[in-house]
Amino acid sequence: MTLTEKLLARAAGKAEVRAGENVWVKADVLMTHDVCGPGTIGVFQREFGAQAKVWDKDRVVIIPDHYIFTADSKSNRNVDILREFVRQQGITYFYDVIDDPNGMWRFDLAQGALKRQYGSQYAGVCHTALPQKGHTRPGEVLFGTDSHTCMAGAFNEFATGIGNTDAGFVMGTGRLLLKVPETMLFRLEGKLQPGVMAKDIILHIIGEIGFDGATYRALQFEGSGIATLSVDDRMTVANMAIEAGGKNGIFPFDARTAEYVEARTRLNGTRQSYEPVELDPDQKVVYELTVDLARLEPTVACHPDPGQRKLAKELGDVQLDRAYIGSCTGGKTSDFVEFARWLRGRRVSIDTFGVPATPEIVHELQTTRWGGERLWDLLVAAGVQMTENAGCAACLGGPVDTFGRMNAPLKCISATNRNFPGRMGHKDSQVFLASPATVAASALAGRIVDPREYLPS
Amino acid sequence: MQSVFRGPVYVVRDNIDTDQIIPAQYLNLVPTIPEEYEKLGAYALCGLPESLYPVRLVGEGQLDTEYPLVVGGRNFGCGSSREHAPIALGSAGVKVVLAESFARIFFRNCVATGELYPCECVGRLCDELRTGEVVSVDLDAGAVTVPRTGQRYAIKPLGDVRAVVDAGGLFNYARQTGMMPR
Repeated sequence: MTLTEKLLARAAGKAEVRAGENVWVKADVLMTHDVCGPGTIGVFQREFGAQAKVWDKDRVVIIPDHYIFTADSKSNRNVDILREFVRQQGITYFYDVIDDPNGMWRFDLAQGALKRQYGSQYAGVCHTALPQKGHTRPGEVLFGTDSHTCMAGAFNEFATGIGNTDAGFVMGTGRLLLKVPETMLFRLEGKLQPGVMAKDIILHIIGEIGFDGATYRALQFEGSGIATLSVDDRMTVANMAIEAGGKNGIFPFDARTAEYVEARTRLNGTRQSYEPVELDPDQKVVYELTVDLARLEPTVACHPDPGQRKLAKELGDVQLDRAYIGSCTGGKTSDFVEFARWLRGRRVSIDTFGVPATPEIVHELQTTRWGGERLWDLLVAAGVQMTENAGCAACLGGPVDTFGRMNAPLKCISATNRNFPGRMGHKDSQVFLASPATVAASALAGRIVDPREYLPS
Repeated sequence: MQSVFRGPVYVVRDNIDTDQIIPAQYLNLVPTIPEEYEKLGAYALCGLPESLYPVRLVGEGQLDTEYPLVVGGRNFGCGSSREHAPIALGSAGVKVVLAESFARIFFRNCVATGELYPCECVGRLCDELRTGEVVSVDLDAGAVTVPRTGQRYAIKPLGDVRAVVDAGGLFNYARQTGMMPR
């Protein structure tokens, strides 16, 4: 069996399952957020009754992160709906924006977009927060009301995005009927060259198979190159499985996975036991591709979809209006560190926005020093508008007052994961997806460039 | 169960993603709150660029569409898991989406909510039909016919999901079939 088949067989209580089979699987964790949580709660209460209890109050994880730092009253209200539900249900893991369990969340525009407005429990972008807060474990099944839930496949688990109705069902029963997907195998061999990042791997793969090339399928990553990829790198790759239409993306378990998961579950006091799934020599896959990491070059997905692959060096005549770094995919500490390497001692030539995915990342950037200078200050000195208000922000446009949102038909290079028309705001704007290194170099040049032409000194 | 749906079609192309079906700024609306459900309909497919789609699915200031049938190309509904997407279309009065292929989560959300029938066409209906053409979709017969020309196109059978949409979604289906208490 493939890794995905093994995981689903275990979750279905069966010795074996095959691609195409429909099975009832047990959920280990259900995650929801402020955009889909209120609707999921609505479905749960409508179908199971106003007094019904969730199937397991320790396994429903609620992470407001999407429309937080906005004065839009409905968006603020949606965070309050989550809080009320958590209180009524006694849910253990709720990463509220505010500290007062009886309070109401109201964003204060007058304080501006840059200064921190959240309390001590807020966790930021759900997909990045889940592993940081100790909710990703090898061998588990994670459902989330968000398509990028597949990011947790980096930790050798089955993780996939579902809608509100399915999530309402899971909330009440802890189970879901799933079709076992076929698996596509990607062998990653060798090591990335300087200036080439994990983002380039997945943009290359999506370009190879097309952005519906993995519809209904699992993307399984194997090969000697995986040992060279950090946990952050693997998250970036797994995150964008959905951008090829995939149901999930999954990595094998290794010492790096163990080290990260064990440290995080211990730190947060979450469940520490787990049982990974191992690779099977006789697995059946429907597609195989070997990617020589050493030969990859900085890659860009051009407007209007993630499958529009070009090399950065081919796009030098694309003039840009802005650059953006942030999101689950591209807003991790390692993303900002690489971004900062390119910007150190230089200055961006276009509007450039930086949104760390989580408060923990904000803290790391504000406490890491290079030669006495805080990484955060280095980025600000380079001209980047850095906000402490970690969240999804303009990656998906959001309400019109969202930080970094494109409210005009601009061209933006972005370290995020999706670039359909209107994704980051104005429906005639254009988004080019690239690695943090390519975004940094392009922000310096004001046009799309290969970061290797702007190597840090 | 109703098998035949007749009316003018609204035609879009390939890769219509969930941001074009319901732009992210309207995700502050909660579909289980009735007046917000209604409002989602007003915004269905409003993310389509006007330059490509000068005719809108839902007219300015309206909550419902004149087009009960939407015709798309490949990979309809790709992108996010937002259930607001099939709900916006259903709330606007769309009954069937006929597309060459569907993205996984959108397809599943159509079925789970029971908002509309996601039917796969044989071939590219989006190249054959123009917005406003009146067609008749017969789910039992697996066919789309154009009364004006007499043209007939095949659609793939919905299979097991037909009964779920017929029932009005996952929960109704589960109750009707005894999987859940009524």
